[in-house]
Formats: sequence, C-alpha cells, structure tokens
Amino acid sequence: MMDDFLKEGALVLILASGVRLATPYLFAALGEMFGQRSGVVNLGVDGTMMLSAFTAFYTTFTTGSLALGLLAGVLTGGLMGLIMAVVSVTMQAEQGISGIGLYLFGLGMSNLLFRLLLGAISTVEGFKPLYIPILSNLPVIGPVFFRHNLLVYLAFLLVPVSWVILFKTPLGLKIRAVGENPQVADTLGVNVTGIRYLCVIVGGMMSGLAGAYLSIGLNNMYVSNITNGMGWIAVALVYFGRWRPAGVLAGSLLFSVVNALQIWVQVRGIAIPYEFAVMMPYVLTIVALAFAVQRAQQPGALSKPYERGEA
Amino acid sequence: MTTSRFHWRDIAIDILIPIGAAIGALLVGALILVSAGINPVAAYGPLLIGPFANLYGVAQTITKATPLLLVGLGICIAFRGGIINIGGEGQIIAGATLVTWLGLQLKFLPGIVLIPFLLLAGFIGGALWGIVPGILKARLNASEILSTIMMNLIAIQGVSFLLRGPMIDPVEVAYGTGFPQSEALPEWAWLPRIVPKTTVHVGAIIALLMAALVYVFLWRTTIGYRIRAVGYNPAASRCAGIGVTRYAALAMFLSGGFAGLAGAVEVMGIHHRMLDGVSAGYGFTGIVAGLFGKLHPIGVIPASFLFGALLVGADKMQRAVGVSPGIVSALQGLVVLFVVSSDLWLRRRSARRVESTGEEVVQ
Repeated sequence: MMDDFLKEGALVLILASGVRLATPYLFAALGEMFGQRSGVVNLGVDGTMMLSAFTAFYTTFTTGSLALGLLAGVLTGGLMGLIMAVVSVTMQAEQGISGIGLYLFGLGMSNLLFRLLLGAISTVEGFKPLYIPILSNLPVIGPVFFRHNLLVYLAFLLVPVSWVILFKTPLGLKIRAVGENPQVADTLGVNVTGIRYLCVIVGGMMSGLAGAYLSIGLNNMYVSNITNGMGWIAVALVYFGRWRPAGVLAGSLLFSVVNALQIWVQVRGIAIPYEFAVMMPYVLTIVALAFAVQRAQQPGALSKPYERGEA
Repeated sequence: MTTSRFHWRDIAIDILIPIGAAIGALLVGALILVSAGINPVAAYGPLLIGPFANLYGVAQTITKATPLLLVGLGICIAFRGGIINIGGEGQIIAGATLVTWLGLQLKFLPGIVLIPFLLLAGFIGGALWGIVPGILKARLNASEILSTIMMNLIAIQGVSFLLRGPMIDPVEVAYGTGFPQSEALPEWAWLPRIVPKTTVHVGAIIALLMAALVYVFLWRTTIGYRIRAVGYNPAASRCAGIGVTRYAALAMFLSGGFAGLAGAVEVMGIHHRMLDGVSAGYGFTGIVAGLFGKLHPIGVIPASFLFGALLVGADKMQRAVGVSPGIVSALQGLVVLFVVSSDLWLRRRSARRVESTGEEVVQ
C-alpha cells in the first residue's frame, strides 16, 4: 500500500480529490454557520441539497445552460430557506423538528420530481476545470489546488469572505448580536426577525449551491440520494468548526480528505470491506461531535425562537 | 369543577390540529401535483380511498401501522424527555439484526421460549444502538440529533456488510445469486398471523399492548414522571434533585428499544429473515406519527394507522397514476412543518388562559 502511495503520486490525487469533495461541505456548512450565528439551526440542509441538486441538474439538462442550472439550484435553496424561516422564526417552531420536516420534504420532492421528469439516470456536461495560469504548473500544489472548476474556487473564496462579513462589518455584528442575545439586539434597534430571515435564506441558497455542485459540478449526473448524508455532516461541521469560517474550513478538509482516502481505498480494492470505508466519515462525525464541542462557544440564543416582550 | 370542561376542549383541539395540518399538507401537495401536470383528484383517490377499499387494503394498513406505532411510542418517550431521537432507522436495523442472528443460533429452542426471547432481543438491540447517542449527549453534550443520524448511516453500512458477508444465506452463495439476505428463521420463530390470508400478525396486538404500557409508564410511574419533567423543564428538574443526564440517556435507551422491537416484529412477522432496507423509512415516518399523535401513546395509535394507510395508498397511487412514492415523504415533511407551526398558536392560547384564569395547563 505504501508503495502504491509513492509510485503513482497517489497522495496528490487524494489531496486534489479531497479539495473537490470539500466544496459541498464548505458551501453548506458556511451557509448553516450564518443561520446558526443568527440563532437558527436548520436541519433541512440534506433535503435542501438533494432538491437543489435535482433542480440544477434538470435545468441544465433541459436548457443546456450551466448558469441557469446553478441559478435554479440557488433559488431552490433560497426557497427552502424561506420555508424554514417562516416556520422557525415567524411561527417559532421547535427547530430540531421543523428541520426534519424540511428534510423529509426535500427528500420526497427530489424523488418525486426525478421519477416524474427524468425517470432514468442521464448525464450532463458539467463545469469544466479552470487551470489557473502559472500556479497550476507548480508541482504538488498545482494539481491539488489550482486545477478545479469555478465552483471549487468560489467555495474556498467564501471562507475569507464569510469571515470578513461576520467579524468586520456592521451586518456581521448584528448577526452575532441577534444570535447571542436577541433581546438586547432588539432594544438597540436591530431587526431580529429580518436578520434571521436573511441568514436562513442565504444559508439555504448556499446549501443550494452545494447541491448544484454535486449534480452539475462533481458527478455530472443526478442519482437519488445524491448527498449520501453530506448535508448532515455539514451541520455537524458547524459545531466542529466552532461557528468560525476557519474552523469550518479545517473540518471540511479533514472530512473530505478522509472521504477521498476512502474512495481511493475502494478503487484500489484494498482488503477493507467497502462498507467500513464508507462508514469512516460518519464515525469521525460522532467522534468530532463528542470531543470537539464545548457548549460555551455556541451562540447564546441558538435554536431559541424570539418573541418580543418575553422576559 | 371547570377543569373537566377545559379538558374536553383541549382534547378536541389536540385532535383538530393534526387534522388541520393533514388537510394543509394535502392541499399543498395538490398544488405540487397540479404544477407537475398531474390531476390531484386522480392521484389522491387511490391514495386516500385505496387503503380502505377492501379487507386486503385494511390488512395491509394494519401491517404497516404496526412498526410505525412501536417507533412512535419510542418517539413519545424520547421527545417527552427532551431528546430528539432521529435514529429510528438505525435502531430498527440493530434490533432486526440481533433478532435474526440469535434466531438462527438458537433454532433448537421451542417457539414458546424463542419468540418472547427474540422480541426481548430486538428491544435490547435497538436500545443499545440508541444508548450510544444517549450517553454521548449525557456525558459530553454531543447533539443527539446529529449523532443519531450518523448512527443510522453506520447501521445501514454495517448491515450491508453483514448481509453480503458473514450473515448471507448459504443458499444464495451455493446458487451464486448472492442476493443480500440472511438465512430464513425457523418457522417456530415466526409471529403467528391473526387474520388468515393477510400479513396481519401478532405484532399488531403487541404494539397495542405496548401503547397502553407506555401510557402507564409515562403518566403513572415515578421514572416516567421524571423523564417528562426533565423534558419539560431541565433546570427545574435539576433543582428538584433529578439526575437530568441519567434520564436523558434512559429516554434514549427506551426509545431505541421500541424501534428495535419494531425491527423484531418486521423480521419475525413479515420477512422471516434479515434483508437490506428492513427499516423501510419507518424510523422517520414513526417520528411523524408520534408528532401527529401529539406525543401521546394513545394518540399515536390512530396516527400510525393513518400513516400506515398513507404508505399503502401511495403504493396504490403509484400503480394507478404512476406518481412516485416520494410524494408520501414530501407530504410527511409538510405535515411536520404544519404541526410544529401550530404550536405557537397553542402556546399563545394557553398563555391567554393563564392570564385570565390563573390555571396553567401542563401538557
């Protein structure tokens, strides 16, 4: 196994694949992070990703336009976010449960539409890799980081962008205030409901991007259950990353490299049962949840609905 | 006493809200069908009437309602205890796997010993799968929602491995078909059928008995009371000297146990062996049934019947108009969203009542 590793530049392949696989985690987890920073846990990420993966694929399949497909995925995600916001912010529902409702809705709708509109597995020509001049020719670093498609670069770019928005702008301050202590934020004139709607809808759109990436950026096809539980792992990554963009980045890379390793192990036919390889990220998630989270760091009003006039 | 009048009104509202939620979900579902170019009347006809059109439909409905009721009872215990157990699927698989394995090892036992023993084994299997997230929650404060989901995904892979390797039916290997299923259980380990020529088996009666048992447990025993107290107000329970984390883990243990029991009756009553997809989404639909029954063991009985009917109806609908069963999961999602949204209205209503009468209603 070690020989294979060195001979074929397997490490470079695994890392490059890890960077590609980190993309959906990054989109979804950064989006979820904004929602949670504002105090709303959206557990519908996986369902949102599936539905967006379908709408993005179907739009591209019928129109031939990747841009329209991407737009469809993002809009679908935004719509799912809006549903979540209405139920969880305006109707103040228990978020642990409403998220499950949203998940089931997305799961069912994506299956329904797939059977209804496509029926069979087809493929599209997805986003093509863009080689970054000069940088892509660097040894190791080139193939690992600079030979990917547009969406991969966008996902990684969103890490510093999210950090700037969250910690260096007045909007970010408002988001954090609303998530930490909505009563005080409200007293200071911050529109609690408005900020939460914004964060949950933008979070949904980013889950939509994650789904679209799976169907028209990575696999170039739509299959049912395309997410394989990635949406759930993305939610866990927010806890794992301690509600910070850099933490989310570290977690996403860790998980995706483990995933890439798992795929490599499978392809090589090394004598680990396939199922155990697939299990690795799930087990890792549980371990991460158990040992990486301290309650003190989570937003003070996480998953607590806000109603004016409450003590 | 005015309390009894209020009581009846509360029950009426508890029944009306889920029905309203169901109607709302069906209306939204109809809109979706229309926009997909399907006549909603043609689709909903078989969906809603199909399960009750003949004895066979009703029998199928009861068969599907059985595991839903058992999972739903576990959901009552967990959610009442403030634990959101999404791990039903994995717990069903764990229970079903243990039942199959033990059933094949202990073939020499007579049915009268084997059947009760295997039912207990199913409960224990699910409970052990459930207590892992329970302990992680209690000891390390790990979100049980995410860990139960991960336990589902792990169980699916684990059983896939077992059914293609150690547990595969030797017949499948001998004939080279390799279909992933276990050897069949001996006939004396099967749950007897109670309606001839249908799949309705003794599990239905067991599930009903369990509903009564869970009701007594939650409302008439100290441990049940403490589980509810912990869910209702953890801070106050802690002040009252209740070991909050211990009861959270216990709630997960019992909740997983009922899902495991559902796995046991599916294996012993229907399939008579272990196969991929034995959980069939019951772990999720059971949550919906539990919520629909207002997390009350007695309320979950009609709720599971209803969702059992929905599953049977979806089959009929698919055959009639070719609409994928995905619509059922979408409708379930909508029902959940409507039910949780109606809680706000209920809370405001009870808050108004506290203001006007000084009476607080503890649900």
